[in-house]
Amino acid sequence: MHLTAHIRRRKEENEILLMTHIVVGYPSLEASYDLVGTMVESGVDLMELQIPFSEPIADGPVILRANQDALAAGATVDRCLAFAGRVAADFAIPFVFMTYYNILYKRGVASFARATARAGLHGAIVPDLPPEEGAAYLEAMGAEGLDPILIFAPTSSERRMAYLARHAGGFVYCVARKGVTGAETAFGESLEDYLDRCRRHTDLPLAVGFGVRRKTDVDFLRGRADIAVVGTETIRALDRGGLAEVGRFLGALR
Amino acid sequence: MPEILQTTFEELRAAFDRARRDPAFWQAYVALMANYAGRPTPLTFAPNLTAHFGGARIFIKREDLNHTGAHKANNVMGQGLLVQRMGKTRVIAETGAGQHGVATATMAARFGLECTIYMGAVDVARQRPNVFWMQRLGAEVVPVEAGSRILKDAINEAFRDWVTRMDTTHYVLGTACGPHPFPEMVSYFQSIIGSEAREQILAQTGRLPERVYACVGGGSNALGLFQAFMDDPVALVGVEAGGHGPSSGRHAARLAWPDASVGVAQGYKTFFLQNEDGQMRETHSVAAGLDYIGVSPILAHLKTAGRVRFEAATDQEVIAALALTMRKEGLVPALESAHAFVQAFKEAPTLGREAAIIINQSGRADKDIFTVADAFDDPQWRAFIQEKAAAYRSAT
Repeated sequence: MHLTAHIRRRKEENEILLMTHIVVGYPSLEASYDLVGTMVESGVDLMELQIPFSEPIADGPVILRANQDALAAGATVDRCLAFAGRVAADFAIPFVFMTYYNILYKRGVASFARATARAGLHGAIVPDLPPEEGAAYLEAMGAEGLDPILIFAPTSSERRMAYLARHAGGFVYCVARKGVTGAETAFGESLEDYLDRCRRHTDLPLAVGFGVRRKTDVDFLRGRADIAVVGTETIRALDRGGLAEVGRFLGALR
Repeated sequence: MPEILQTTFEELRAAFDRARRDPAFWQAYVALMANYAGRPTPLTFAPNLTAHFGGARIFIKREDLNHTGAHKANNVMGQGLLVQRMGKTRVIAETGAGQHGVATATMAARFGLECTIYMGAVDVARQRPNVFWMQRLGAEVVPVEAGSRILKDAINEAFRDWVTRMDTTHYVLGTACGPHPFPEMVSYFQSIIGSEAREQILAQTGRLPERVYACVGGGSNALGLFQAFMDDPVALVGVEAGGHGPSSGRHAARLAWPDASVGVAQGYKTFFLQNEDGQMRETHSVAAGLDYIGVSPILAHLKTAGRVRFEAATDQEVIAALALTMRKEGLVPALESAHAFVQAFKEAPTLGREAAIIINQSGRADKDIFTVADAFDDPQWRAFIQEKAAAYRSAT
């Protein structure tokens, strides 16, 4: 089933969906596998698998360090692809890749898209690749039946949002605020206005990420977006108290 | 580049295009550089080095005489004028050796801007004198603990700041790398080097040089010199950091040697020193300012087009060239600039006496006294530092 259809179906049971993010290979590939298991058991609706990169410019200190540790622990792109194939086969929720463009570029964009499809993933988020630079990527994803998930930002103009919406697939990732991942976000009126603006430009489901930390944040997004994205906070939970803490944290979010 | 910065880049491109079309802007820039930074810098004939090598006449473009001691000031003051036009109140910059950081802190002080400099923790440790000056000039210096804790990591951190505070802040990128319009804009301000040098060599010798040499880190001093000679029958030679030598894995030669491959990172496409997965590798050079994974996309293009030849100089060759230049001419090129001297010294004897060559002395080494003293392994200097440390210790 396509990503958008899957999201709509899950929405019939839940007003707000949860998407979590992991850095593949942090702290190890085996630990990542167990982490996916815990997240699925906690009722997560879909997941981002980040293939680590040495220069993750959109990520804050927590995810940055996880990228470095994963690389140091041997998370090559081949191993990440194999890992993705394994979790997609073993767990019944949709997975998408998140990584930076150089990872795709070095492998060959078409080859990366083929490997993504073969692994059973539904799409990818490439935060440093705007569509005007990514014609080959959009085409390769389309050819494999994969969704290129694009990003709206609070600084995106109306024209820019309209342009992005024309190329987006699956859902749109709305960055909640300026800055990088892992910092505090004010869930208030200006976020509401921004999400209204996002909604006007696309019929695709809206995911909201950057700074979602607690139940009140997720509650705020009910009725205003479709998916709450939790990234950095699950790494903090993992570092704090292992899988049990991740399970407790996610269980209390919704 | 992340979506969040698209609008910021649109504004920057528009501001730069408007400034470039306005003749008053370049005039204001040239006047500022004359009255504040000491331009035009001289083109110095080096009679002793010329006699020593017995070939081409050696001329040296003296970017070391810019205020703050390097060509970096050209770019920084230019971007400072642009910041004034854009009405922003804060500047940020990355720095490796500290040269670009000091230049940016200087510009910020002059123009009354808030200033934050990102510097890899490794570089903070090895370039303390520059950290001292940046702080005295009123800048906040943030040591970057991420990644390899060097220049590339400082660039990432500056981008992370920019995506948070782009409304008030301009990122003064220090070299001809990064997303459009930076490579073009930095080259534009640095072109003042070549346009002066071309006039000066014609006035002094009545002819064009045979070859011109510049070191290449990101590539800004090289592009600054080369642009003026692009349409002339002049060989353009860029010299990269050969570190411990080819096949050592410890160097920063992206174009001279075959270790780099094309990639996309830090917002631009060029040759990067990276592994087969696209992860960036560790680099090395005795010159912190050349110790970088990527190179200007404009230079990568000029290499592919066959217009610029690239060579690399090893750490050892660089120290020897620096020693010779000090003794023969009383000039003290920065370790970065000394890379260009190495290659020029190799080629000068093979050219006729009627030929002239230009070497870009992009900066001066006297403020890098700690690094140079270590490079020369000077025992008396070491003893002095130990005494000084002992005195500080007993005072506390």
